[in-house]
Amino acid sequence: MATEQESNPYVPNAPLTTPAVTNFVAAAEPAGPEGAPSPIRKYLQSRGSGSFADQTFTGVMLLCALSIFAIVLFILTILIVRSKLSLAQFGFSFFTRSNWDPVSGDFGALPFIFGTLATSLLALAMAVPLALGVAVFLTELCPQKLRAPISFLTELLAAIPSVVYGLWAVFVLVPMMRDQLGPFLTQYLGWTGFFDGANFGVGLLTASIILAIMILPIISSITRDIMLAVPNSQREAVLALGATRWEMIRTGVLRNARIGIVGAVILGLGRALGETMAVTMVIGNHPNISKSLFAPANTLASVIAGEFSEATGDMYLSALIEIGLALFLVTIVVNAIARALVWAVTRGTPARIH
Amino acid sequence: MSTSPANPLPPAAGGEPPRTPMDFKTKRMRFNSALRYGTNHLITVLAVLSTVVVITPLVAILVYLVYKGASSLNLDFFTKIPAPIGETGGGMANAILGSGIVLALASLMGIPVGIAAGVYLAEFGQGKALAGAIRFTADVLNGVPSIVMGIAIYSLIVMKQGHFSAFAGGVALAIMMVPTITRTTEEMLATVPHSIREAALGLGVPKWRAVISVSLKTASPGIITGCMLAFARVAGETAPLLFTALGNQFWSYKLNEPIAALPLQIYAYALSPYDEFHRLAWAGSLVLIVMIMVAVTLVRIYAARGILKGAS
Repeated sequence: MATEQESNPYVPNAPLTTPAVTNFVAAAEPAGPEGAPSPIRKYLQSRGSGSFADQTFTGVMLLCALSIFAIVLFILTILIVRSKLSLAQFGFSFFTRSNWDPVSGDFGALPFIFGTLATSLLALAMAVPLALGVAVFLTELCPQKLRAPISFLTELLAAIPSVVYGLWAVFVLVPMMRDQLGPFLTQYLGWTGFFDGANFGVGLLTASIILAIMILPIISSITRDIMLAVPNSQREAVLALGATRWEMIRTGVLRNARIGIVGAVILGLGRALGETMAVTMVIGNHPNISKSLFAPANTLASVIAGEFSEATGDMYLSALIEIGLALFLVTIVVNAIARALVWAVTRGTPARIH
Repeated sequence: MSTSPANPLPPAAGGEPPRTPMDFKTKRMRFNSALRYGTNHLITVLAVLSTVVVITPLVAILVYLVYKGASSLNLDFFTKIPAPIGETGGGMANAILGSGIVLALASLMGIPVGIAAGVYLAEFGQGKALAGAIRFTADVLNGVPSIVMGIAIYSLIVMKQGHFSAFAGGVALAIMMVPTITRTTEEMLATVPHSIREAALGLGVPKWRAVISVSLKTASPGIITGCMLAFARVAGETAPLLFTALGNQFWSYKLNEPIAALPLQIYAYALSPYDEFHRLAWAGSLVLIVMIMVAVTLVRIYAARGILKGAS
C-alpha cells in the first residue's frame, strides 16, 4: 500500500468524484436522518484514520521484523567480542589442534569437532532410512484412519524436551547399551574395530542413538510435507504406465521430491549438530578422538554445557565462547543450505488444505 | 490429496481383467514381474516396519516415564522445596514457580515481537526483498542451537550485571520464541482471504485497524496455535537456562536473582548420584511433559474448531 489515498478510497475527507460511487456509499450506509453522517461513518471518523496512525503501525511492525536481523547480528557480535582472547591467541589453529588442557591454558577444538561430526553423521545414518520409511508409509501406504494418529504421535516425539530424552537415556539406554547391545555388537561386529575397548554404556554410540530418536520426527514430518506437495497427476501418470506401487513411489514421488528430501536431511543435521542436553548426559564428556564407538567423547555443544559454569580464567571462558561461535556459524550455514533446498521445492505450491 | 493412492490398480474399464504375474508367457517375463511385485511388497513391509520402529521408542519413553513418574509423584512434589542432600521427601514447588515466571517473562517479550514481525511479513512485505531476507533469517535463527543463545545472553546480560538472573533466562527463551511465532503468524495471515481485507478497506477502515480487527482476528486460531507451540518448545529448554537462570534450591521470585526452573532441576537431579533425586527427576519430567502435551493437545482441539477450519 503506497499511500493513504490509495489504500482508503473512502476516507471521509477525500472528495468523492464519481456520482456512482457516491450513490453506492449512500446506499451502503444505513444512515439516520437525511444529511447527518451515519453511525458507521461517525464511528470510523472517531477512530484514528489518519496517515499518522497507519505509518506508525507500519513502522512498529517493520521494527519488530528488523529485530530478527538484529538478534542474529547481536549474537554474532557478542560472541566475537567475548572470544577475542582465544581468537587472538590461537587463531585458526584452534580448530586443528587436539589439546584441551584447561590447567595449562592450552585449547584446541578438534576433539569436539570430531565428536560432533561423528555423533551427527551416525545419527543421520540411523534416522534417515527410518524417517523416509515413515514418510512413505504416511503419504502413500497408510490407511486414511491411521494417518492422523501416527502423524500426531511422531509430532509428540518432537515435543518431548531434550532433557527428558536425556533422563530416559541415562536410566534405560545406557544400561541397555552396557549389558545387552554393547556385548552383542562386540561379539558380532567386533572385527570391524569400531566396537573395541571398554564399554561403560556412555559414549559416541549411545549419544548417536538418542540423537537419532530426537531428529527422526523432524526429518519425517518435513519429508512427508514435501512428498504431499508432489502433484497427484505424477502418481497417476506412473501408475497408468503399469508401474507397481513402489515403482510409482520411486519414480513419481521420491525422484520429484529429492531436493526437498535432501533439504530435510540437512535440517535434521543442523538440529543434531546443536543438540545439547541429551548428548551431554550420555556421551561421557571426555575430549577424545577414538575409533571405538564405545569410547566417551565430547561435542561442541556438550563441552559448553559441561564446562562453561566451572570455567575459571578468562582464556578458558573465551575458548568456550569461541566454540559457541563456531557452532553458531556452522549451524547457520547448514540451516541456510537446508532452507534454500526446502524452499526450492515447496515454493509456489498453494497452502495445503488438509 | 483427495484420491488415495492406496488402490493402485483400479478395475480396468474394458472387459479384460487386470493381468497378474502368471499371465505372462515366457519364464523371463514371469521372473521379472515376480521381482517387481516382490520388491513392491518388500518395500511396503519395510515402510510399515520403520514406522513401528519409530513409534516404539516414543511409546517406550512415555510408558517408562509414566510408570516411574507416577510412582514417585506426591503432594509434597507440588508444595515443598528440594530437601537437603541425604534427607528424603521434598519437592520442586520452587522450580514449578520459577519455570512459570521465566516462561511468562519470555512470552511477554517474545509473543508481541513475533506476531508483529509476522504481520509485517504478511501484510506489508509482499514481494519485497527485505521481507524475503527477514523470512530466511527467521528460518535460520530457528535452527540456531539453544546453547548458543545461552552463552550469548550470558555474555550480554549476566557478565554485565555480574550475577545470574531470571530476567536473563526470560530474554534467552524469548529470543527462541520469536522466529517460530513470526513464521506461523505469517503463514496463518496468508490464509486469510483477500476479499475480507478488501471489504474492510472498502468501508474506509484504516489499514492498521483492518490488520488488527480483520486479518489478525480471522487468523487468530492459527496464531494462537503457533504461540502455544513455541511456548511448548521453550518450556522444556534447559540449555539456554544453564548459564542465565542458573537454578536455585530455595524459593525465589525476584527477576534479578537466580531462579529455579523445572528442566534445570531435572538435569541436575538426573546427574546426581542419589536415588531420592532420581525419583524427583522422574516426577519432574512427568509433570513437564504432561504440561507440554496438554498445551499441544488443547491447541490441536482449539485449532480444529477454529474459524479457519483446516487452515492450521
